[in-house]
Amino acid sequence: MQSFDFVRPSSVAEAVAALGAEDAQPLSGGQTLLPSMKQRLAAPAVLVSLSGIAEMQGLRREGDSLVIGGATTHATVARAARTDFPALAELAGNIGDPAVRNRGTIGGSLANNDPSACYPAAALATGATIVTDRRQIAADDFFQGLFTTALEEGEIVTAVRLPIPQRANYQKFIQPASRFALVGVFVASYAGGVRVAVTGASGDGVFRWTEAEAALSDRFAADAVTGLTVEAEGMIGDLHGTPAYRANLVRVLTGRAVAAAG
Amino acid sequence: MPKDTSAPATGIGAATKRREDIRFLTGRGRYTDDINLRGQAHAHFLRSDVAHGRIRSIDTAAAEAMPGVIKVFTAADFASAGGLPCGWQVTDRFGQPMQEPKHPILADGKVRHVGDPIACVVAETLDQARDAADAIVVDIEDLPAVIDMKAALAEGAPKVHDELTSNLCYDWGFVEENKAAVEQAFRDAAHVVSLDLVNNRLVANPMEPRVAVGDYDFATDMHTLYTTSQNPHVIRLLMGAFVLGIPEHRLRVVAPDVGGGFGSKIYHYAEEAFCTAAAKALRRPVKWTSTRSEAFISDAHGRDHLTRIELALDADHMFTALRTETYANMGAYLSTFAPCIPTWLHGTLMAGNYRTPLIYVNVKAVFTNTVPVDAYRGAGRPEATFQIERLVDKAARELGADPVELRRKNFITEFPYQTPVAVVYDTGNYHATMDKLLEISDRAGFEARAMESQARGKLRGFGIAHYIEACGIAPSNLVGQLGARAGLYESATVRVNATGGIVVMTGSHSHGQGHETTFAQVVADMIGIDAGQVEIVHGDTANTPMGMGTYGSRSLAVGGSALVKAAGKVIAKAKKIAAHLLEAAEGDIELKDGTFSVAGTDRTVDWGAVCLAAYVPHNYPLADLEPGLEETAFYDPANFTFPSGAYACEVEVDPETGAVEILAFSAADDFGNIVNPMIVEGQVQGGLAQGIGQALMEHCVYDETGQLLTGSYMDYAMPRAEDLPLFRVDHSCITPCTHNPLGVKGCGEAGAIGSPPAVVNAVLDALNRGGHAVSHIDMPLSPARVWAAINA
Repeated sequence: MQSFDFVRPSSVAEAVAALGAEDAQPLSGGQTLLPSMKQRLAAPAVLVSLSGIAEMQGLRREGDSLVIGGATTHATVARAARTDFPALAELAGNIGDPAVRNRGTIGGSLANNDPSACYPAAALATGATIVTDRRQIAADDFFQGLFTTALEEGEIVTAVRLPIPQRANYQKFIQPASRFALVGVFVASYAGGVRVAVTGASGDGVFRWTEAEAALSDRFAADAVTGLTVEAEGMIGDLHGTPAYRANLVRVLTGRAVAAAG
Repeated sequence: MPKDTSAPATGIGAATKRREDIRFLTGRGRYTDDINLRGQAHAHFLRSDVAHGRIRSIDTAAAEAMPGVIKVFTAADFASAGGLPCGWQVTDRFGQPMQEPKHPILADGKVRHVGDPIACVVAETLDQARDAADAIVVDIEDLPAVIDMKAALAEGAPKVHDELTSNLCYDWGFVEENKAAVEQAFRDAAHVVSLDLVNNRLVANPMEPRVAVGDYDFATDMHTLYTTSQNPHVIRLLMGAFVLGIPEHRLRVVAPDVGGGFGSKIYHYAEEAFCTAAAKALRRPVKWTSTRSEAFISDAHGRDHLTRIELALDADHMFTALRTETYANMGAYLSTFAPCIPTWLHGTLMAGNYRTPLIYVNVKAVFTNTVPVDAYRGAGRPEATFQIERLVDKAARELGADPVELRRKNFITEFPYQTPVAVVYDTGNYHATMDKLLEISDRAGFEARAMESQARGKLRGFGIAHYIEACGIAPSNLVGQLGARAGLYESATVRVNATGGIVVMTGSHSHGQGHETTFAQVVADMIGIDAGQVEIVHGDTANTPMGMGTYGSRSLAVGGSALVKAAGKVIAKAKKIAAHLLEAAEGDIELKDGTFSVAGTDRTVDWGAVCLAAYVPHNYPLADLEPGLEETAFYDPANFTFPSGAYACEVEVDPETGAVEILAFSAADDFGNIVNPMIVEGQVQGGLAQGIGQALMEHCVYDETGQLLTGSYMDYAMPRAEDLPLFRVDHSCITPCTHNPLGVKGCGEAGAIGSPPAVVNAVLDALNRGGHAVSHIDMPLSPARVWAAINA
């Protein structure tokens, strides 16, 4: 790891100002950034920690939505969302290991948009709103491919607003080595219809499986997706699974998520 | 008779807790990386990022000018040093010695695998060394890499070593004289079953990465190397005599607490020689600590065999002949014991537990542009066992026979048994371990459990394997004939102090095996004192007798035997002293529970008084007996030991995802006599974890250009506790080894040897019961592979 300056502002405004420095980068858990820095694959001049900003911490219920501060750790979500949004709490409680869950944050995960991360599936399936220091972005517009989001340089995810579904479940099939999602499917059912978001599978990152959404909006039952096919083309193929295997998992896990959502 | 292991307090058979665990579990172990010497500089290796290339130039000028840099070393600095030696020479089936390439400390002219060290920066701090390494300009002409073994042997393939005639290290046949008879037996066979399989390449991944600290005392011309080694004496011999030209009395090698080895810390590595030499060149200590990423591209890998195996059977399903053709990956250079693994530790085990009269094993060892491959827990024996036990299972399925009964029918039942592959099994009882296995695994209840799984949409399977292994390597005269360039005895010094406490100095080395506990139990048991009075010292060539170290499940069988010999000499002398003190004839003296007595009388003298007399010889037979009580013994084994066992794995396969869950795993082993049942159980459990890891998860993969695709834990899948069931481990079947004084056989590798075929057999059983006619899946049986097999 190369030397860097470290600042820990106590407000979003201070953080935004600090991020104006050359080669400055926000640090919100560091579960991806710090290993990259140790490997000398990243060498920011300034790290701006977001962990000391009180307004970015914690969860609160706002009507039918759950609003989670961008610097809230996975462990906190796993604990505090249990009543309002159990499927999300369960998702958070199965990210990484205890060390990851107690450092990593929801804002950091969404901003990083790792194609195998869990939170993007939840955000997309719930039609969440990503709140930043300067605007609000719909999840459908936020995720733009592998490690790519709508965020601009220096823009900070301050909070995420997730509409709470009537029924929901996240099914994660782990990649055996990294324990990230080889494929993860989040199914969320609302009065207005069902949304299905898939992480881990596609070469373009998290996506909505619209055929399944239509079928499930029509009839919310596990076997409603049995007859659907997922195209293998465009799916990731690597040591841990071919595109055809991932396509199969998308269908299987969607059915299981529906069954588990009840 | 088996030794009674009911419940002695601290001696042989006692399940005492490991005394070394107190320091390990409280963070007080002293590992090599904990050693920081005054004035120490830090080494960082610049390693090749291409698999094969010609070094046109190395420009170190910019790096040398960077802050804190003391010196940048390249191959030119080691022009007078020898290469890293290979400790075993295999003779091929035409009577010719293997091809043996040079193995320089730093790449000389060419780089031959990703990770091959090109240069090394020594600087005041590690960060400075790393910064400077980034500033070294290396101009490498890329050469086509050879990764696939069969492609490496093709006509016109790029050569890993220009000075060799090809990439073939050797073409070995065993037993060459049997070849024609084996072929005839196949022509005469009623049934022939064959299988093509891969024994997947693995990375050992001990918890502690490798570390070397070199030190040089200018005043005394003494070199010291602190290193993460399983065998410090071997490192001293190899590095001193062959690489750096340092006589052993000027070289001390210390391997303090070592956090696991699994074979990967047997070998003499370039970094050890580098730090030792650099310390003298720079006149200050030089330290190198491997990162985990570096370990993946510089620690010797394991396994990596490609095999076709065939079994001939008669109409009664008796095995009549076995033949194999194996390609064994050596990697880019010959690691210390690499040539011996696919030959003498593999071919000699191909009889398994069966009375197959004719066996022919062919092994082609191949150089490729990959990290060197050498022994990894089991070393050759897992490869042999996997082939045999997969093939026997396949035979049972093809012939419609019960896999247990087919095995039983062909079991060796009379001992000693001369196999057709040179070795003689001294003892064993395979029906007993099979019986025990069926009991503890509740095979009888399997069908009901399978129905229950089926009701949940899951496929349940039950897989069996029986293994034999050869431990306690090995009779020196025999291995010398087979090409070993070292003896394989072990040593011990038993030093009794004046007040009766004992320090034992052993040439073997503990890096997780628990010597400090078990060796103390043995000595305490022989004398009849508490094990707490015995201290075990190991790991430092300065205060232990020359010994060959720890690997191949040899420590208790060979090192323990040396210990028994040395302790026996001490007791014999102590009896003489006691006889003098008791004014009795030596032959009348008995030792029991730490007290010497004159047989048939109540006259006694205790252990402490005899020890004191030895060191304060006021009343002592000085004319006939030297004072002091200290003896050294070397023990050279008469034969290998042959542990065996029966393993059963019960799995559930999710047909929709291919995911395999191990619901139960049972192991019934025969390790001969047991010194500490708790430690044995721990060793078996650890071996099972690694064997199951190989079967289901672990896989070291290169792409066709020689880039390592599994260079971190993001892609190399290590098993975790949650991936493993609670094991049912039994070692109550005991046939004591017939040729060592303790009757022990060794238990360190068994779990890793017997478990992979049991797991694979179980998964295939599940699939076939579920109507999926799958005859084989190569390890690791990842969900994706199992699903692909189901949907093929």
